[in-house]
Amino acid sequence: MRKASQLGDVTDMTDTTFDFSGKPIAITAEGLAKSFLGVVAVNGIDLQVKPGELMALLGPSGSGKTTLLRLFAGLETPTAGRILFGDEDATHLPVRERRVGFMFQHYALFKHMSVAENVAYGLHVRPRRLRPSGAEIRKRAEDLLELVQLPGLGKRYPAQLSGGQRQRVALARALAVEPRVLLLDEPFGALDAQVRRDLRRWLRELHDRTGHTTLFVTHDQEEALELADRVAILNRGRLEQLGGADDILDHPATPFVAGFVGDAVRLSVSVEAGWISLGRGKVPAPFQFPAGPAELFIRPYDLTLAHSTGHGTFTGKVVGTRRVGSARRAELILEDGLPSVEVTLPLEHAVLKGEELHLNLLTMRLFPAR
Amino acid sequence: MTVSKVTGQRFTFVRPSALPGFGITLGFATTYLSLIVLLPLVVLVWRASALGLDGIWKVATTPRVMAALEVSFMTSALAALLNAFFGTLVAWVLVRYDFPGRRLLDAAVDLPFALPTAVAGIALAALYAPNGWIGALFAPWGIKIAFTPLGIFIALVFIGLPFVVRTVQPVLQDFEREVEEASATLGATRLQTVFRVVLPALVPALVTGVALAFARAVGEYGSVIFIAGNIPFVSEIAPLLIVTRLEEFDYAGASAIAVVMLTISFVALLIINSVQALSRRRYEGA
Repeated sequence: MRKASQLGDVTDMTDTTFDFSGKPIAITAEGLAKSFLGVVAVNGIDLQVKPGELMALLGPSGSGKTTLLRLFAGLETPTAGRILFGDEDATHLPVRERRVGFMFQHYALFKHMSVAENVAYGLHVRPRRLRPSGAEIRKRAEDLLELVQLPGLGKRYPAQLSGGQRQRVALARALAVEPRVLLLDEPFGALDAQVRRDLRRWLRELHDRTGHTTLFVTHDQEEALELADRVAILNRGRLEQLGGADDILDHPATPFVAGFVGDAVRLSVSVEAGWISLGRGKVPAPFQFPAGPAELFIRPYDLTLAHSTGHGTFTGKVVGTRRVGSARRAELILEDGLPSVEVTLPLEHAVLKGEELHLNLLTMRLFPAR
Repeated sequence: MTVSKVTGQRFTFVRPSALPGFGITLGFATTYLSLIVLLPLVVLVWRASALGLDGIWKVATTPRVMAALEVSFMTSALAALLNAFFGTLVAWVLVRYDFPGRRLLDAAVDLPFALPTAVAGIALAALYAPNGWIGALFAPWGIKIAFTPLGIFIALVFIGLPFVVRTVQPVLQDFEREVEEASATLGATRLQTVFRVVLPALVPALVTGVALAFARAVGEYGSVIFIAGNIPFVSEIAPLLIVTRLEEFDYAGASAIAVVMLTISFVALLIINSVQALSRRRYEGA
């Protein structure tokens, strides 16, 4: 039998006999709201996860993303709105009848049960007429452990497993009940960076194979953008934007998204007659952008070097440089009093502190100041 | 040294640890335990040894002593078992629900610890006597509580309750809510969650609590003698018999009964502890 504890094996998918027939369904929130003793956690969210889709809920802490996930699972009751599983109204369906595979951030494994007993639990607690035979349950647990790359570890107890292994046991346990949707709360939150990366890829492959409609919560934007088909960005209980990685990175719908995703620097600028003043230069504003104070978000890769001053260029003074992977980043001050921005430079382009650089702005993320 | 040649390292009694002070704390602990616990027990055995093993056996097997031992251990065991049930229930209510007077109830659990046992015995006897508030309810049915083994049982339940509540309560308090939620998402009913997930997690603490309650009940004297009626062969407990012997200046006989009690208690606690070690091993993943 293969040793499953080695990290290298995590991404290597082997074929098992486990069958995930059953068509994936969509899950929908309609005007969903939840407040705890007057504190609003989820504030009227409309959202649909399409059948078979892998969606991420991304947001800062306190944005309501975990509450939204728990509302879908039935672990919280909404104060307003509806939840649909497929076409069925599941708003008041009890947790145990929803058939959701829920994975908790700290896995919530049953410590007094072996790994196999943990996985088989959902089958053991079924009403007698729906419960498979003992032998069948054992077989299913074994198959699932194989699927999550933990074959032969069924007799261990959770305390004897590593964090990554526990996470996979939790996933196998959630899959055992043949869930209609998978809901994962910070699935990689408690793992170290290396294991995270491997498991992320593995989860993507597992999702592609099993085809479950999956919704996961994360505060790690890299994880959300890399793993999910679409990302829902939440802030203060509201849905700020829903879209793919390109949408969110290139066309942020709100200032919050522009500032939250990517290493953006926010500059308070003013727009006059179609031009933005930027340091000692001017940049054209988008067509028909209203005049007045505005917020400009700049990411390191939004800026390029211009060879000379001219139309649409501005200058910045280098205050520091640093090496980032295969590139160099220079930190620039455009104007005294404004926060510094960063520009990505090719490695061979050495810059000195105090040097003046001419810059062009490639993409524009400009919002009227509120 | 031959050992060092073979293994390349010297045999040491203590494995190196990041926590210093093993030597001094172990030394202090053993000295302290010896003085406070072991020495009196040695004296007890030495006292009894005047009779010889034969003599101890003879004392222990007299019908009256046998009957007293049976009453003592049976009522203690039954009381501990009942406390296992009600103690868990009380702990559950105190931890899981918020209601007016919860703190008061929580404090009341410790009363059997605080009350002088004789006071408890007198109060219980007054309540359960045939003309007492509760005893009067049962008297018409021909059920006598005070001055029977049933009375002893009630006194032992009373003094044993806090042990179970106080050992189970913190474990229940720390029990992760998420684990119960996980059980629910997997399709378990509330009852299944309680019996398959929550209670098994309480077992090690519960076993400790029951063992403590049992041990305390076996040695209980003050509260029992007032309610027991102390009728030989019916409701006479072994500790009372020991006191009776002492009053007759039969120190060896008293020690002999004590040694027998000690041995039975020790074996019982040893069994309970090994059951517990087995169940605990799973959690800690040894």
